[in-house]
Amino acid sequence: MFSWRDLVTSAALLLATSATLAQGTAYPGLGRPATPKELAAWDIDVRPDFKGLPKGSGSVARGQQVWESQCASCHGIFGESGEVFNPIVGGTTAADLQTGHVARLKDSAYPGRTTLMKASTVSTLWDYINRAMPWTAPKSLSTDDVYAVTAYVLNLGGVLPDDFVMSDKNIGDVQKRLPNRNGMSTRHALWPGKELGGAPKPDVQGSSCMSNCPVEPKVVSFLPDFARNAHGNLAEQNRKVGAQRGVNTATAGAPGKTTPETNPTKAEPSPASQAALALAQKHTCTACHGVSNRIVGPGFQEIARKHASRPDALAYLSAKIRAGGSGVWGAIPMPEQTLPEEDLKAIAQWLATGANP
Amino acid sequence: MDRDTLPPGRLIKAPENFLTPEGVSAVRTEARQGRRNFIRSAFAAAATGVVAPAALAQTKPAVAGDGDPHILQLPEHSRGLGQSVASPGYGAPSKHEANVQRRPSPGLTQTTQASVSFAPLQSLFGIVTPSGLHFERHHQGWWDIDPTQHRLMVNGSDDKMLKTPKVFTMDELMRLPSVSRFHFIECGANTGMEWGNVAVPTCQYTHGMLSCSEFTGVPLRTLLELCGADWKRGRFVLAEGADGSSMTRTIPMALIESGEVIVAYGQNGEMLRPEQGYPLRLVVPGVQGVSWVKYLRRLELGDKPYGTKDESIHYIDLLPDGQHRQYSSIQEVKSVVTTPSGGQTLLDKGYYNVSGLAWSGRGKVKRVDVSVDGGRNWRQARLEGPVMAKCLTRFNIDWVWDGKPALVQSRATDDTGHVQATSTQLRAVRGTRSIYHNNAIQTWLVEESGEVKNVQLA
Repeated sequence: MFSWRDLVTSAALLLATSATLAQGTAYPGLGRPATPKELAAWDIDVRPDFKGLPKGSGSVARGQQVWESQCASCHGIFGESGEVFNPIVGGTTAADLQTGHVARLKDSAYPGRTTLMKASTVSTLWDYINRAMPWTAPKSLSTDDVYAVTAYVLNLGGVLPDDFVMSDKNIGDVQKRLPNRNGMSTRHALWPGKELGGAPKPDVQGSSCMSNCPVEPKVVSFLPDFARNAHGNLAEQNRKVGAQRGVNTATAGAPGKTTPETNPTKAEPSPASQAALALAQKHTCTACHGVSNRIVGPGFQEIARKHASRPDALAYLSAKIRAGGSGVWGAIPMPEQTLPEEDLKAIAQWLATGANP
Repeated sequence: MDRDTLPPGRLIKAPENFLTPEGVSAVRTEARQGRRNFIRSAFAAAATGVVAPAALAQTKPAVAGDGDPHILQLPEHSRGLGQSVASPGYGAPSKHEANVQRRPSPGLTQTTQASVSFAPLQSLFGIVTPSGLHFERHHQGWWDIDPTQHRLMVNGSDDKMLKTPKVFTMDELMRLPSVSRFHFIECGANTGMEWGNVAVPTCQYTHGMLSCSEFTGVPLRTLLELCGADWKRGRFVLAEGADGSSMTRTIPMALIESGEVIVAYGQNGEMLRPEQGYPLRLVVPGVQGVSWVKYLRRLELGDKPYGTKDESIHYIDLLPDGQHRQYSSIQEVKSVVTTPSGGQTLLDKGYYNVSGLAWSGRGKVKRVDVSVDGGRNWRQARLEGPVMAKCLTRFNIDWVWDGKPALVQSRATDDTGHVQATSTQLRAVRGTRSIYHNNAIQTWLVEESGEVKNVQLA
């Protein structure tokens, strides 16, 4: 039989139970404890004090094997390549290993900055290779291979000898040899809070002058004429109504030619091309091939120009995508590709018909 | 030209009628001197009245015969039946807005997955960036993740940092008390190409790694409290993404304790866009975009900073003495005039509403001043409300262009009293190789032709 008193009593009991379960939080029932295996699966970060570093080891020699099969296509055989990413190796000297300051960082004429010129903590290299490399298959290296690749990169930079075996036991000694280990400063006002020392106020303060300010406005830098259209036709990058129009930069830069376009929109790509490009993106072909430009391998349009006129273009290109190879466009090999047959055919068909975007 | 294809409103005369005799003589003089000298001397020359105004001053509304054919001949949309509701179910911009796109800067990166696209600031109004035009920065390509399978883990750097490391589903995060706040996000490298000299033509490329949205989510403080955080020992938080790069950054505790850092799922009234980290990203107001970790999968409370790749190898600011500033995070006071701006052409002499954006990672924008003479004289601009902390602020100011060359600048001051500096002042302290945190005053040169160019002053 229904009783209000029983209902109230049992509701109170229920409340008490759930409050206990939620350990007194304001939001009972939300969130559950992470299991030890879940923590192990995701908690992969390694701090500069090596907290989080798993046990393991890898030799420079093993690192070279992994490097040449999985890293060199983007980073170059010696880690020096800037074709795909910034160079990793270069710009450091034996003297830097002693000072912990990369001397060339003071030289504004030195072109570029490599990873080894900047890195102040070896944990950073280990952690990043472990979590994000190789680029198209991150988190696929074994722990020992991460040690090996880290050791090999440092060997290429002259930090570690050829016979070195790097491990969780000696990584602290490796840190003491890093060329830019003393190269960082936190004496600035750009960190909110006092944990890192910081600075009491911003390093540069502007002027509040309102009239007859002591400046001689003289133009000292502007884009040269040859770069006028380097970002594409600016007329196509502005709306066709409003206070201004985009400048038509597709024509030469004489004053009379700045005529604003009335309807400067580009032609839309065809659906077939869009579909083929989407497939090329889906299967990460675009990591190595640009549409018109070379990245690691040739651009799609370069491939089309070379092979589209072959009578067997479709079959040839399909076979090349499937099996990979090297020698046609350079020494860097393209690995064999496993993608569904219909996707492969669609991409090959697009290449065989000109690879228009 | 047939009547149906006449451009609306204003007519531009054919090129042969474009130049006045004075204009032709200016072009010839320019050709003799070379382009370089022409631009260098343009401002001074105009001040002494040597070069006469030319070109676009002749664009006036044309009325031929009985009047404007766009009035006299009723268009199809006035004479027919329009389209149905819910077609499409998710609306898209007008086809006439096709030029308004986010775009990469050619040659900046070699891959399209570790790359950047810039928001078209020159075409935007107000302070909110349409979600589809929000700038992009991906380190290893973007993903569209199934929200029912996404998890957020909160743990500690040791087993005493939290009472209980926890896992949250999207359902649980969306049940928690939420906040909605407007904030800007700016890449630390925004304007980075311009440290040494002019490198790009328009404000899309100089300042377009900047966007502003209303974000909705749970304060990170709430989640750490739910897990029983040790606030005394835990002074840093690591944020980590679920994508291939598993981007990590050390997040400042001061902004977590103040309740400002949000674990966000909402953006401008809908869920985050995939390119912006769907279904979950961190919002770290005032701090450079790289800390706003996308596809957020894990937060770790710890007692030391983490020295991750994007705070030890990238996103470090090189100073002239060869040292790098590490953990540089705050985006300092900055502004830019977006209309008129580089790569545009003024259609006519006369009235213009000069308009732009101002922001500060330290708080609210207090005032913005605008100069049209390269910084010699300034006038205070109107700030459009609401003015919110760590949020874009739109400013406007009246200007009548007399057809002479002008150097248009804006200068913001925030409520901490920090005033935006010139590139000369910044370089004196930071050199030209810092890449990051360039908040210099931007200069646009308006030439007599009406063409606006990106320039830097001595």
